[in-house]
Amino acid sequence: MASLDRVKVLVLGDSGVGKSSLVHLLCQNQVLGNPSWTVGCSVDVRVHDYKEGTPEEKTYYIELWDVGGSVGSASSVKSTRAVFYNSVNGIIFVHDLTNKKSSQNLRRWSLEALNRDLVPTGVLVTNGDYDQEQFADNQIPLLVIGTKLDQIHETKRHEVLTRTAFLAEDFNPEEINLVIEKRYFLREGNQIPGFPDRKRFGAGTLKSLHYD
Amino acid sequence: MSFLIDSSIMITSQILFFGFGWLFFMRQLFKDYEIRQYVVQVIFSVTFAFSCTMFELIIFEILGVLNSSSRYFHWKMNLCVILLILVFMVPFYIGYFIVSNIRLLHKQRLLFSCLLWLTFMYFFWKLGDPFPILSPKHGILSIEQLISRVGVIGVTLMALLSGFGAVNCPYTYMSYFLRNVTDTDILALERRLLQTMDMIISKKKRMAMARRTMFQKGEVHNKPSGFWGMIKSVTTSASGSENLTLIQQEVDALEELSRQLFLETADLYATKERIEYSKTFKGKYFNFLGYFFSIYCVWKIFMATINIVFDRVGKTDPVTRGIEITVNYLGIQFDVKFWSQHISFILVGIIIVTSIRGLLITLTKEDFTEVESESSLVGKFFYAISSSKSSNVIVLLLAQIMGMYFVSSVLLIRMSMPLEYRTIITEVLGELQFNFYHRWFDVIFLVSALSSILFLYLAHKQAPEKQMAP
Repeated sequence: MASLDRVKVLVLGDSGVGKSSLVHLLCQNQVLGNPSWTVGCSVDVRVHDYKEGTPEEKTYYIELWDVGGSVGSASSVKSTRAVFYNSVNGIIFVHDLTNKKSSQNLRRWSLEALNRDLVPTGVLVTNGDYDQEQFADNQIPLLVIGTKLDQIHETKRHEVLTRTAFLAEDFNPEEINLVIEKRYFLREGNQIPGFPDRKRFGAGTLKSLHYD
Repeated sequence: MSFLIDSSIMITSQILFFGFGWLFFMRQLFKDYEIRQYVVQVIFSVTFAFSCTMFELIIFEILGVLNSSSRYFHWKMNLCVILLILVFMVPFYIGYFIVSNIRLLHKQRLLFSCLLWLTFMYFFWKLGDPFPILSPKHGILSIEQLISRVGVIGVTLMALLSGFGAVNCPYTYMSYFLRNVTDTDILALERRLLQTMDMIISKKKRMAMARRTMFQKGEVHNKPSGFWGMIKSVTTSASGSENLTLIQQEVDALEELSRQLFLETADLYATKERIEYSKTFKGKYFNFLGYFFSIYCVWKIFMATINIVFDRVGKTDPVTRGIEITVNYLGIQFDVKFWSQHISFILVGIIIVTSIRGLLITLTKEDFTEVESESSLVGKFFYAISSSKSSNVIVLLLAQIMGMYFVSSVLLIRMSMPLEYRTIITEVLGELQFNFYHRWFDVIFLVSALSSILFLYLAHKQAPEKQMAP
C-alpha cells in the first residue's frame, strides 16, 4: 500500500479505560467479549471511505494503534512505547468517566506522545509541567472520548459531563461521550441506542483527521 | 493514673498510624485510581494501625517504657481487635464485595456474603488439623486457636517472601549479573518490532477488505435468487471465510511475537539504565551492599538447611550469642545487660522496618509490564486491580495479607529477642508451639529460596539466547 493511503491514529489512555474495546468496536462493529490486558501495542484496521458519495471519494485504511500501559510506568517501558509514536496522523485520548484520575492523566499522556517528536535521542525526556502553549502549534488533530457512561448513575451524569467539558477545552479537540457495553450485555454494535448516530458523527470526525 | 497516661500514649500513636495508613493508601497504593467506597479505605487503615501498634509494643517492651501491667493489657486488647478484624470483618467484606459484583445475586447480597463467610470459617478451621500447633487443653473459641491458624498462613507468606527476597536482592544489586547492552542491540530490536507491526497491519488490511467485499456481495446475494445463485453463494462465502480464518491465525501468531518483542525491548532499556546507574556512586554503593547481602543470604539458606537436617531449634538469639562469643573468645568485657538491650532493640527495629518496607514495595509495584512477562496469571491479577469493580476486593485482600503477615512477624520475632523480653509474647499469645512455627518457616524459606534461584537462573540464561535468534 502506498504511504499516501496510510493513516495512523494512536489510541492513548490509562489501563482499563476501554481502549481495546473501543478499537474493536470501531473496526469489527462488534462488542469485545473478553477484554484482556494489552501488552505493548495492538493494531486494528478500519476501512473508511473518505468523502463518501462525492466524486472525490477515496478509500483509506485507518490504523488504530492501541498502546497499552500507564503514565506511571518505568522509564524503560516509556522509552519502548516511544517507538510507536513516530509519524502519527491523529491521536484519540480515552478516559474513564467513572474514574477522575484517568482524565487527569490525559495531560501526561499528551505530553508523552507529543514531545516525542521534539527529542531526537532514543531516551525519552519529559518534564512534568503542563504548558498549554505547547499545543498551540500542534498540527496533529486530537479527539477525547469518555467511556463507561452507562455505569454512572443517572443523576450524576450531568456533573460528570460538565467536568469533562472543561477538560476538553484544554486540548481543543472534538469530544464524544459514548457508551461501551462490557461483560453483561453482548449486543451488536448497531443496536446500542444512539449508536448509529454516533457512528456517523464519529466517522465524520475521523474524516477531519485525514491529510490530503 | 499511670495507666491512663499509658493508654493515652497508645491511643495517640494508634491514631498516628491510622493517619499514615490512610495517606499511604491514597498516595501510593491507589495513586491513579478512584475509590468510591470509604469503608475499604477505613478497614485498610485500621488493620495497618493495629499491626504497627503491635510492633510498637515490642519496642516498648525492650526499652522498658510504660508500666508493664498496662503494656500487658494493651497487648491483649490489641491482639483481640486484630484477630477480630482478620477473622471476622475483612473476610466478610471481601465476600460482600465479591457478591455485589455478580449481578445475579445483587438482591440478596447480605445473605450470600454470610454464606461465603461461613465457608471461609470452615476452611479456616480445617486448616489447623494437619498441623501440631497447639495442645488440646484449650476450648474451641479461644485466642490460641485463632492465632495458631492465622500464624500458619502468615508464616507461610513471610517465608515465601523472605526466600524470594533473599535471592532477588543480591541479584538486583550486584552488577556482575548485568548483561552488556549496546544501543545497536536496542535499535535492531525496535526495528524488528516495527516490522512485525507492519506485517500485522497489512494482514489486517487484507482481512478488512475481504470482509467488506463479502459484506457487499452478501447484500446482493440476500435477494432470493435461483438454485444456482444459492449454490454460488455457499461456495464463495465458504472460501472467503476459510481464507479469513487462515489469515486470522497468522495474525494471532504475529501479535504474540510483537508482545514478546515489546517486552524484550523494555527489558533491554531497563538493563541499559541499570548499567548507567551502576557507574554512579550510588550504584557502586549498592553493588557493594549486594556482595554483603549475598553472603548473608547464603548463610541464612545454609542455617535453614542445617536446622532442618539436624532437627535443631536455636535456643538463644543471635544477639546474646554474639555477645557471648565476643566476651568469651575475644576477651572483651562489657556490661552485657546494657548492651544486649540496645543491640536487640536496633536489630529488631531493622527487621521490622525492612519487612514492612519490603511488603509495601511488593504491594505497590507499579511497573506491571515486568510482572506480566513473568507469568500471565499474575498479569491478569494486576489487570483486575485496575478495574474499579474488583479493586475493592483486591485492597481488602491486601489488608488481610498485611494483617496476617504482621501477626506472624510478632510470632517469629520472639526468636530474635533475648529471654527476658520473650516472656511477654509467650504470656500474651498463650501456649503455642513456637518451635513448630520456626521449623515451618525454615522449610518454606528453603523451598522458596531454591525455587527463586532456579527461576532466576533460567530467566538469566534464556534472555541472551532470545537476542541471538534471527
